[in-house]
Amino acid sequence: MNDNKRALHLQDQCLEGLERFQDFTAHTPYLKGPEKLTRKLVDSLEEAVRRSGLRDGQTISFHHAFREGDKTINYVVDVLARMGFKNLTLASSSLLSCNAPLIEHIKAGVIAKIYTSGMRGSLARAISNGLLEQPIHIHSHGGRVHLIKSGELKLDVAFLGVPACDAFGNANGVRGRSRCGSLGYAMVDAQFARNVILLTEEIVPFPNSPASISQDQVDWIVQVEQVGDPSKISVGAARVTKNPRELLIARLAADVIEHSGYFEQGFSLQTGSGGAATAATRFLEKRMRRKGITASFALGGITGGIVDLFKKGLIEKVVDTQSFDADAAESLAQSPNHIEISTNEYANPSSKGAYCDRLDVVILSALEVDLDFNVNVVTGSDGLMMGASGGHSDVAAAANLSIVVGPLIRGRIPTVVKRVTTLVTPGACIGVLVTDHGIAVNPNRPELEARLRAAGLPVMTIQELYERAISITGEPAPIEFLDRIVGIIRYRDGSVIDVVRQVKP
Amino acid sequence: MKKPRRSMLFIPGSNAAMLSTAFVYRPDSILFDLEDAVALREKDSARLLVFHALQLPVYKEMEIVVRINPLDSPFGLKDLEAAVRGGAAIIRLPKTERASDMLDLEREVGRIERECGREPGSTRLMAAIESASGIVNALAIATASPRMDSIALAGFDYVVDMQTQRGDGIELFYARCAVLHAARAARIDAFDVVFSDVNDDEGFLKEVQLIKRLGFNGKSLINPRQIELLHTAFEPTEEEVLKAERIVEAAEKAEREGLGVVSLNGRMVDAPVVRNARRILQLAGSPPART
Repeated sequence: MNDNKRALHLQDQCLEGLERFQDFTAHTPYLKGPEKLTRKLVDSLEEAVRRSGLRDGQTISFHHAFREGDKTINYVVDVLARMGFKNLTLASSSLLSCNAPLIEHIKAGVIAKIYTSGMRGSLARAISNGLLEQPIHIHSHGGRVHLIKSGELKLDVAFLGVPACDAFGNANGVRGRSRCGSLGYAMVDAQFARNVILLTEEIVPFPNSPASISQDQVDWIVQVEQVGDPSKISVGAARVTKNPRELLIARLAADVIEHSGYFEQGFSLQTGSGGAATAATRFLEKRMRRKGITASFALGGITGGIVDLFKKGLIEKVVDTQSFDADAAESLAQSPNHIEISTNEYANPSSKGAYCDRLDVVILSALEVDLDFNVNVVTGSDGLMMGASGGHSDVAAAANLSIVVGPLIRGRIPTVVKRVTTLVTPGACIGVLVTDHGIAVNPNRPELEARLRAAGLPVMTIQELYERAISITGEPAPIEFLDRIVGIIRYRDGSVIDVVRQVKP
Repeated sequence: MKKPRRSMLFIPGSNAAMLSTAFVYRPDSILFDLEDAVALREKDSARLLVFHALQLPVYKEMEIVVRINPLDSPFGLKDLEAAVRGGAAIIRLPKTERASDMLDLEREVGRIERECGREPGSTRLMAAIESASGIVNALAIATASPRMDSIALAGFDYVVDMQTQRGDGIELFYARCAVLHAARAARIDAFDVVFSDVNDDEGFLKEVQLIKRLGFNGKSLINPRQIELLHTAFEPTEEEVLKAERIVEAAEKAEREGLGVVSLNGRMVDAPVVRNARRILQLAGSPPART
């Protein structure tokens, strides 16, 4: 093509506004030089942040797959504070006790707003006591993806800790030194954030596979000493119990599943991360063998207990959005039938297909359950935030049978109350409450109650459980709140289902 | 026929949370402990807690044992006042050495019953034997009072007294046999020692098999996790149940027909065999141990 013809060409009206070709590297300058293969590798986090274009007032995001062992969130926010950033919105899939150092950054104005599915420890207490000027938004795991996709939660820069990736950013959580297993939360941030910075402990040969986070989602890669301590993943909520009370509840929960009507060949289940929920898995094995059935899949936060049943052939597929221990991470690495999914696929109500919609039975924990079966998993008996919404409201809404487990009394405080302090999951979604003192079935499930009674299980009304609790503990004095809102509970569809007010000091 | 008494769960009298909810584990009986599980400075508060726990409606439906401090200690008599007035079914006396220990206890119990208006004789007694002299006097102790309900072996102090230590059970062999013979001769129940390593299920079950074989009614337990294991181990096999059913059927048939002799498959069945069959059916009919 000669120059004349090109000039003529560009004068044509139908080409108005279109860019004229200049050179094959005009938009890919890196293809010219030696940096072609290493262009994403950045020497320091500071440099990666500069290149990301992060500005004051924007939103930074994180995943919490390392739970109490996370080393990424605090490190990144420290660096951002040193760089002088202010007024940031922190959007982490969750926060735990290990994130207490954020308190200083909130005081210093580095962090001004937080979206999370939960928080624990001193950070949770400080925020409950009014540390943040703007209330914290507590969302569910599925609801977080919905908030991102709906545009309310705009992730500017995602800082994602991974054990290993290649020089282009292909990353997973199953290879390397600090294996967290599924990157289900991080996959969402990698997909939706404007800019994605990977923090990795190790750069491995290209191409790294499987690519849970893919090279076409990653902008910058920074090598760091440690992104997380996997030995602390199972500290806290996800643990194996020897507590006789939890074992008693777990056994009752397994009885409920067995006689629920859903305990058939090919059923599906999720068992959550609480002590009793995890232990219930163990008690299911004998019942499954006795009946000669297998489960088609187990979903959710995956524990060693689920992996054990999977390895024994009692569960055909494991669908894993978060690995709760080393056994789960190991199984995800080894077995083709142990599948990693994003939280969008797990539980987002506006995704085109969420796995939780296909669940038969789920076991969930609770801090409080009220006479209408409403559940609180966020605020403790002192009115302070201390837990996590997690996947609770997502899975409760979608599963055929949601079983809430918990001791009737914790310390001297009843779990069954007249009215939950904070509404997280509406009672209409809950089928059965299993406590150490007995089982209550939601009156909206008469068929279920009939089955459990016929099986000889200790079925009581929730009113009776409440009265039993009060007869032992007495009526607790009501918590006194100020008017000020410190937390907003977002239902999975983005709506506001409740607020948390500051407790009167 | 009375309920089986396989499990006696120890609950520290000073632990309010455990006192108020221990019944959920459904042991055959619960022991509220005022003695070794309670620190010296908590003796008074524990006594109060236990007295109030005894008033909970759920405990009125269960067999509650209270272990008091020895009567010659500063706490024993106060413990006894609280336990008898609170409504405990059974008083367990620790470190019983001789029959007179039970007689002293019996006298005080009788007095308290009269003073508080409790039905005379309604408080039963359990002797815990923890020393060589207690073992030697076991029969006298077991037959000391019409209130005697049962006799329990306590291993820790006993092995110290015997200048040995806990091992595979051989060190308790004589004591177990002595306690058991005394109990059977006195027609009362016998409880075996606690198994303290709560994480050793295998060792626990081995010991349970041994004491079941010897003929103990049950065992003192310190962790609710051991209840299911114990109850399962005490459950008769399907074969035993079927055989027992046939024997009891034959006995009932003989009774209906006014026959003095029970026969099954052409063989005579003795009265003790029928009694044993009834005991097996009763164990099988008790709340199933869930696994």
